[in-house]
Amino acid sequence: MIAEIYISLKKSISDPQGLTVKHALESLGYKGLADVRIGKLVKIKLNSKDKKTAEEEIDGMCKKLLANPIIEDYYFKLKEE
Amino acid sequence: MKFAVVVFPGSNCDQDCFYIIKDVLKRPVKYIWHKDTALDGVDCVVLPGGFSYGDYLRTGAIARFSPVMNAITGFAKKGGSIIGICNGFQILLEAGLLPGVMLRNRGLHFICKPVYIKADNNQTRFTNLYNIGQVLKIPIAHNEGNYYIDAKGLKELKDNHQVVFRYCSAAGDVNDRYNPNGAVDNIAGITNKKGNILGMMPHPERSSEIKLGSTDGYFIFKSIIDWLENKKTC
Repeated sequence: MIAEIYISLKKSISDPQGLTVKHALESLGYKGLADVRIGKLVKIKLNSKDKKTAEEEIDGMCKKLLANPIIEDYYFKLKEE
Repeated sequence: MKFAVVVFPGSNCDQDCFYIIKDVLKRPVKYIWHKDTALDGVDCVVLPGGFSYGDYLRTGAIARFSPVMNAITGFAKKGGSIIGICNGFQILLEAGLLPGVMLRNRGLHFICKPVYIKADNNQTRFTNLYNIGQVLKIPIAHNEGNYYIDAKGLKELKDNHQVVFRYCSAAGDVNDRYNPNGAVDNIAGITNKKGNILGMMPHPERSSEIKLGSTDGYFIFKSIIDWLENKKTC
């Protein structure tokens, strides 16, 4: 089973990197951009076959280490290989 | 009194701190490796600057789980004195020993230059040799020094006089124009509520000798020495 974890800055936190990329895209002629946010993707390959245990484990990992709840939101998907 | 400088993989200001304490302030100091689990009779712990664990994931996020951090948390709870400088500050934030978090500098640049900071509070063990409002010239060198805390947290910091240093002009004007990284309220350094832990982005160890252009940082180390040595003899 593979977990794909998406971590991004909360909406209330300014993302200067996203803003810079937005400007760059606009200078390339892409005019229809409302907002650009940049985040991280973490892929974890699990030995576990049980979806429920995996979900609990990944959620714990996010809370403990992978995301900082003060500034970041996360969500994840579990996929069969 | 005895200092310890904690060394994480990727710390790079550890030797500067060690040198200033040993050769300039003439106090005993030892290194503590991040895998050590005891502090052994130390009075003040310095978490130095650098790039612990390559700044992977988030600055300080991995270092906070180093084995030594359990001992440091215990030391903090007992009121032990801790100074986190730059990456050390980031580690203390990730560990929850200080409130708030660091974001990337608003200009997205790594900034390495001398800045001016104002001492907002001289009633701490780390700043008792400064005057209130004294302007200090101390260098910064960081990519993630954009201190963030929500409005409620900021109010608490202010109400408890935990904001110790703020970025300012040479004349002491605290204004967003003199804010190098976008930090909330120009914050450059804070303490915890109890006042035994200081985190600051500027590097006092790089401004503790006249030949380095400023001795303003020296008085942080000297303050803590005076405070601890006087307390012990009282």
